[in-house]
Amino acid sequence: MGPQGLGLEITELRLGLPGGSGEKKRVVSGGREADVCGGEGKKDMDMVVGWPPVCLYRQKKSMGEATRKMYVKVSMDGAPILRKVDLSCLKGYSELGMALENLFGCYGIGEAMKAESESCEYIAIYEDKDGDWMLVGDVPWLMFIETCKRLRIKRRSYSNGVGLHGINNY
Amino acid sequence: MTYSFPEEVLEHVFSFLTSQNDRNAASLVCRTWYEMERWCRKRIFVGNCYAVNPRVLIRRFPEVKAVELKGKPHFADFNLVPEGWGGFVYPWIVEFARVYPWLEEIRLKRMVVTDECLEIVSKAFRNFKVLILSSCEGFSTDGLAAVAANCRNLRVLDLRECEVEELSGHWLSHFPDSFTSLESLNIACLSLEVSFSALERLVSRSPNLKTLRLNRTVPLEKISKLLQRAPQLADFGTGAYSAEIRPDVYSSLQEAFSGCKKLKSLSGFWDVVPAYLPAVFPVCSQLTYLNLSYATTQSPDLIKVISQCHNLQRLVVLDYIEDMGLDTVAVTCKDLRELVVFPSDPFVADANVLLTEEGLVSVSQGCSKLQSVLYFCRQMSNSALISISKNRPNLTCFRLCILEPRAPDYLTFEPLDVGFGSIVENCKELTRLSMSGLLTDRVFEYIGKHAKKLDMLSVAFAGDSDLGLHHVLSGCESLRKLEIRDCPFGDKALLANASKLLTMRSLWMSSCFVSFGACKLLGQKMPGLNVEVIDERENLNLLPENAPVEKVYIYRTVSGQRLDMPDFVRIMGKDKNGVYNLL
Repeated sequence: MGPQGLGLEITELRLGLPGGSGEKKRVVSGGREADVCGGEGKKDMDMVVGWPPVCLYRQKKSMGEATRKMYVKVSMDGAPILRKVDLSCLKGYSELGMALENLFGCYGIGEAMKAESESCEYIAIYEDKDGDWMLVGDVPWLMFIETCKRLRIKRRSYSNGVGLHGINNY
Repeated sequence: MTYSFPEEVLEHVFSFLTSQNDRNAASLVCRTWYEMERWCRKRIFVGNCYAVNPRVLIRRFPEVKAVELKGKPHFADFNLVPEGWGGFVYPWIVEFARVYPWLEEIRLKRMVVTDECLEIVSKAFRNFKVLILSSCEGFSTDGLAAVAANCRNLRVLDLRECEVEELSGHWLSHFPDSFTSLESLNIACLSLEVSFSALERLVSRSPNLKTLRLNRTVPLEKISKLLQRAPQLADFGTGAYSAEIRPDVYSSLQEAFSGCKKLKSLSGFWDVVPAYLPAVFPVCSQLTYLNLSYATTQSPDLIKVISQCHNLQRLVVLDYIEDMGLDTVAVTCKDLRELVVFPSDPFVADANVLLTEEGLVSVSQGCSKLQSVLYFCRQMSNSALISISKNRPNLTCFRLCILEPRAPDYLTFEPLDVGFGSIVENCKELTRLSMSGLLTDRVFEYIGKHAKKLDMLSVAFAGDSDLGLHHVLSGCESLRKLEIRDCPFGDKALLANASKLLTMRSLWMSSCFVSFGACKLLGQKMPGLNVEVIDERENLNLLPENAPVEKVYIYRTVSGQRLDMPDFVRIMGKDKNGVYNLL
């Protein structure tokens, strides 16, 4: 969409080199149209205050997660000190993985959550509201943060055999 | 010729006048009617809390039972009014407590309400019944606890989109066991968990409960219990609509909904797990209001619900509904009066959903009673707008937001002047209009010429010159509220139409070309107006007279100077005594 080729470009304020065109992703920028060259996927707008006119309340509530703080304890095999992580600040399993890697140095745990790969030395499990220990990554993120009470990072070699049989005896 | 009606007769006649406009008109007939009317007016509406002050109100109306006040301008919803601007309800509450011990109802919109205010309300009014706070802020759950603990006869506690400081969820437990008069409870805006058992007990002992809107933390598995305790509910808002898929949870939910024979309104639906949506099917055909605007559910699942809602009058959804879903609405919801479509991803230019102008055209064709539209989309055309206006000349409220500012007709690349012009020309009963897209002065010419019943106009990134503003101010006879942002409107039109501003509630202009000098002049010329310059820059005094102000908010008032302004608000052209000054 856009007024290409009708000479209206003259009236547009542009950032970017003169004479350049080609594939550009348009961003909604409140009257200043910035050319963002190339790139796949969606680009976020330059934020104009108050535009589009979606009220703040709705913006906050639509953030996909509850806005309250959700601190849960995280323990790791072999680490004597527990940590806490705020699940409400994280947007998904990837960010959780990164947060855990930063806290404990358990590299690869983010990947392990996404795919049932055996490559990572660690696995992440959580205790849910029923008191059962579950593998992190199975349920949708939003459901996970509602039910997760605490997290644990275990070394894979401590689990029995292939998969996680016996985990609920934990 | 003199005649006299006994006072009791006049009073009885006036008791049939419910609309404030009618009462205002009656009070202008003669001195006797003015006196009679003011003594028996029970309900007061103040559309701008700074247009009048508590003392003036109390002096005129001694026997008030219900008050409604509005504070901040509408654009405060979009972060355009800086924090601390005003709208403090405290001075009003203090006066009401002093003079209206029998006050029963308080409705506030966009006002700052403190815990102290709530405490006063809870203790000063013995028969207090209704508290509705809409887009308010400044209070905490402690204030709510005071209301819960002390208002013995409370019927309505309705927190609509408020910003509450949540210290604990414990406040709900402050309703005493003897409290049984609750009819309406809306806590949807709260984030903290409230004690479910306290909530359940409250619901169980409230036989008149008709409205219950929960907050996100109430889990889906527990909703059945609540619905079973309150099968008489007419208006229900769920909490988070997600749970692990369990047949027992599903069936008890469905059974609970089936039991609600009077349910007409449904809302909530945060974090929807689609598998649970069919649980509401038993009530769909009863619904007149459905709000799925927090449900990030895709079109097919939404369609399954909506296709059963034959009696729907008001629908609020996200653009996940897509054009296909709106086609379903057009076919199914023949009684639809109001359609609201919010954007799921408003800050991204590229469309993430298949929602275009076609969906709106479809609904305008299929729903003959459609009166009110709020529609966010990414493309629009003049031809679509013309079709809509011809399909639905009965529109009273048309608010269109094309996400990209100054977006032209996507088919012809022309401005959307003709399209919106068609809307105002064909929809002769239009009272509210919000425009977007590429618009020149021409659209304002059309508006000035045709929009004779227009009460409120919202404009952004539109127009070419002062002529645009002049058309609106000189042509729109019924205009009361005008809000403008980022338009090239300046001093000329404003000063030329100064007296028009006395017939309006308010004018907001931000990021336009209105100068300090013009604001000062206007303030000096028009003692009946407060010309508020809202500007957070430092060293304003060093700027030249012709420099544009950041924001100006102009409103008529009998109250004179505000006394509660922060330092970034200046009332131009008057000193503390309302006299000309140089600022």
